[in-house]
Amino acid sequence: MLAPLHKRLLNDYQQDFPLSPTPYRDIAEQLGVSEDEVLNAFQTLSEQQMISRIGPVIAPNSIGNSALVAMAVPEFDLARVAELVSAYPEVNHNYERENRFNLWFVLIADSETHLKAVIADIETQTGYPAMLLPMLADYFINLGFELNLHD
Amino acid sequence: MIDAIDYQLIAAVQAGLPIAARPYAAIAEQLAITEQDVIERLARLKTQGLIKRWGVVVKHRQLGYRANAMIVMDVPDERVARVGALISQQACVNLCYQRPRQGEVWPYNLYCMIHGKSREVVLEQWAELRHDCNLSDYSFEVLFSRRCFKQRGALYARQMTKGDGPTPVFAGEGREEIQNKQSLRMHFA
Repeated sequence: MLAPLHKRLLNDYQQDFPLSPTPYRDIAEQLGVSEDEVLNAFQTLSEQQMISRIGPVIAPNSIGNSALVAMAVPEFDLARVAELVSAYPEVNHNYERENRFNLWFVLIADSETHLKAVIADIETQTGYPAMLLPMLADYFINLGFELNLHD
Repeated sequence: MIDAIDYQLIAAVQAGLPIAARPYAAIAEQLAITEQDVIERLARLKTQGLIKRWGVVVKHRQLGYRANAMIVMDVPDERVARVGALISQQACVNLCYQRPRQGEVWPYNLYCMIHGKSREVVLEQWAELRHDCNLSDYSFEVLFSRRCFKQRGALYARQMTKGDGPTPVFAGEGREEIQNKQSLRMHFA
């Protein structure tokens, strides 16, 4: 059960969180509540793992190089391979998906050379080929995930 | 485009802004620059498009969005930009990227993500999307996520910290975030 204030904070400040000296006070004024209520609500959302952070989403490949990588790993070996892959600091997401290509991860490195070296190393360490799927175009324009928070 | 301080600033804020009365002042202190400078730089990085979005990054799974599907399609190259633009305008889609085909083994060139409250809802949304965007001629696959072995925000600093070890979380009880719409959106790449 989320309070109305929590819902507003979750839905209305994904894109334009105030860039002002007192952003929480500005939000409080916009919503007609006190600054402490806003601070406490964000603290609660953070503690309850409903938000991961208030911060930037960086445009892909604007700093460093990133790519999606997929591997087809036999079921019996998936846990071992996933663990090896997750251990790389360059890997920031690593998911099992329902497909013959069952391991999907995103790599972020500070150069293309570095990125390719990590992939080559992963192939050597795991014994399976990796399919490199860099982004060619990002069609996404409207930002922010509209949450349907009806209880 | 960006200077060394911008870079340090991104590194300082990527883990998140403090939840405190003067959060930008706290960041400024770390970098030995002024609060005003922090705010102006962030505003500029946003205008430049390097920061795609500045704000709350929600964890959709914790908010009841437990079904996460990556949908891949094979769209003729001459139509992919138009179809991609159309798909990304649909409310249920949080990401839409073109990626290279990998020959016959993986003939898909357009990817989108749908996060929903259940598999049924996601499949329904996909069926509607196919109909509304006239996608019925294109072959596709829907890849629901199962275990999440690792998930964290993008770390762009050169000194990257060692990530968490793999603590597999089964879809339905895990912690994922959507990072671009990765607001709820983040698949970089």
